[in-house]
Amino acid sequence: MLARLRGRQDVNLWFWVFVGPFFAGLVLFIYVPIGWSVYLSFFEAYNTVTPTEFVGLANYRDMLTDQAFRDSLLTFVVFAAFIVPTTFALSLLTALLVARTRVMQAFFRSVFFLPVACSYVVGALVWKMSIFSGMSSGAANALLGLAGVSPIPWLSITDPPWYWLVIVSARLWLQVGFYMILFLAALQRVPVNLYEAAAIDGAEGWQVFRHITWPQLLPASTAVLLLLLINAFQAFDEFYNILAGFSGYPPYARPPLVYLYYTALGSGQNFGDGSAGAVILTVLIAAVALAQTRVLRLGGRD
Amino acid sequence: MARPHRPLPSLSRRRVLALGGVGALGASLAACGDNTGRGGSSSPEGAGSSAGGRPQIAQWYHQYGEAGTQEAVERYAADYEPADVTVSWKPGDYDQSTAASLLTDSGPDVFEYGNGPTIDMIRGEQVADLTDLFGDTLDDFTPSLVERMTYDGKVWAVPQVVDTQVLVYRRSLLEQAGIEPPQQISELVEAARELTRDDVKGLFLGNDGGAGLLGGPMLWAAGLDYLDGEQVGFDSAGAPEALAVLRTLWTDETVLLGQAKDWFDPEALTSGRAAMQWTGLWTFPVIAEALGDDFGVIPWPAMEGGSPSVPVGAYGSCVSTRASDVQAAKDFVRWLWIEQTDKQLDFATAYGFHLPSRTSLVPEAEVLASGPAADAAGYVTEHGHAQTPLLWTPQSATAWSDMMNRIVRDGADPQAELDALVPIVEAELERVTG
Repeated sequence: MLARLRGRQDVNLWFWVFVGPFFAGLVLFIYVPIGWSVYLSFFEAYNTVTPTEFVGLANYRDMLTDQAFRDSLLTFVVFAAFIVPTTFALSLLTALLVARTRVMQAFFRSVFFLPVACSYVVGALVWKMSIFSGMSSGAANALLGLAGVSPIPWLSITDPPWYWLVIVSARLWLQVGFYMILFLAALQRVPVNLYEAAAIDGAEGWQVFRHITWPQLLPASTAVLLLLLINAFQAFDEFYNILAGFSGYPPYARPPLVYLYYTALGSGQNFGDGSAGAVILTVLIAAVALAQTRVLRLGGRD
Repeated sequence: MARPHRPLPSLSRRRVLALGGVGALGASLAACGDNTGRGGSSSPEGAGSSAGGRPQIAQWYHQYGEAGTQEAVERYAADYEPADVTVSWKPGDYDQSTAASLLTDSGPDVFEYGNGPTIDMIRGEQVADLTDLFGDTLDDFTPSLVERMTYDGKVWAVPQVVDTQVLVYRRSLLEQAGIEPPQQISELVEAARELTRDDVKGLFLGNDGGAGLLGGPMLWAAGLDYLDGEQVGFDSAGAPEALAVLRTLWTDETVLLGQAKDWFDPEALTSGRAAMQWTGLWTFPVIAEALGDDFGVIPWPAMEGGSPSVPVGAYGSCVSTRASDVQAAKDFVRWLWIEQTDKQLDFATAYGFHLPSRTSLVPEAEVLASGPAADAAGYVTEHGHAQTPLLWTPQSATAWSDMMNRIVRDGADPQAELDALVPIVEAELERVTG
């Protein structure tokens, strides 16, 4: 009996020796907290993770009627609609350019990839304190100063909303390199004989990209899009470090996660509402991601 | 509150004055499973289980930025005869980790908390009633702070040292412009205009134009408040007009914005980029060093029907009801923060620049005896308001801060914004008092 459980050459035993610790970690640190969060979302849970007062869907009603939370969701749907295609296009473009470069390819590849190794916090602080500092000594203002423009307090004013320029440029700098590497890897897997055949058929430039490269990149593109989308809704680090101040986070460009962070983990410790918000956000991300995969798969069939 | 960016250690003490607990948040729950500082096998002294029957007290502080503070509190603790006090110095996100640890058995016996315990801690019976520790000394403590730490007729914390925010101005710049320090809000708005020159702005109220800090002082200026007992305190005709003043300053372009160092640092004033700045008492030594006696200090001015004001904050020493010996912990708090006045004075003035919370000690501190510091100390007693009331929950504070930002930075209509805020605050009041 025992021997049968252990399998041939103890294969089952070894399976669990290797997989067990990771499986246990996954359950303990991922699935239990997720389950616990869903559980908390049905309770009034101020300052406690072992609540007793069941409130049904009240927390969900609170969050869905909370103007600030709805605003943050809306802002981030719009933000995702902008940042996903932009990052996608920029990383694809960079990858194509780097792949075509014959001189110093390794150098360019590293240069574009390097920001990925930079911490989001550090990147955000450089953007906030050095490049887009509101002082006349900040890099951006110093440049404008050469043209005779007086210093702009980039992060103080909301009209025009310069803070988006700061955040979007920081985010692109931090992220484009990573997706570029994914595209580069995919580009290198495109069979050379396809290009040779296309060349013989007289295709060049855009035609090659449209009919050879792009279809071959489709699986990678799908993955990149999905990652970008999830990333957009999970935005936190650079927003938090650029915009949060002593008196909290301003009511604009506030990602849902930042809002939930203040709700659940601020001194309010309102875990019930916070968990309900987290579940809503998860459902939203899952829905958009599913819709996207469905659409892309349809596109991939022809 | 304050806590987003990893707060620089030197700023951490000021967090007590950042707005109502919505500021910086760090890695919460960081303290779970930490060394609790309670005597035990893991304690560095090896105090072990047998300490000759002396009670063991674990005392927690957040990480003060000023050099020497940690050694000072350890010295105070070592001086206490009746019990073994182990001090834990908690870097990082103190408020959150302490609040979380109170839910467990690994929390502190005695701990400090910004402006005293939260209403949830009091109602959750996580902190002990400290009223009987004060005896007849209660009247000697800064009144606005005692009120802030009182609920249900009981005092829940002993204020340690007091911080405040004031309006600091450059004497020379005002004299050049022929302006008296403003006593009324209308004079302040006018002065800010007069003082704004090419590369000098009249007023620095923080990089958000005062949205985060000056909502409360504007209410007080109009004779209103966040709350009136357990009711909304700003649902009145004067409030929209008062808050609109900050928008006026913004559209006048007389407020300085976009500074690398925000309001808690006096650089905007000392470098001459602003003629007046709203900042904390803690900046006075730096200002004095840079400007000598070329600066003066006033409270936030009043409007008709109101009075001048300064916001006041203090860490309060609290006792956990999960303490291994609650009475021993209370005795220690009485000894240190009520009876040992020389230690309180040392703690307030020897390392940073703060006020002792017992008003009778202020004249005894040399650095507070004259000049702007003495003026500021007087304003605290005379015009001090706790930054935000006890029943002003984080949710109310967030909604308020959002509203202030929309009014000041976006030009939203104050009346409509206030009307929208009232039900949110009322729901929170209902929740915490119901």
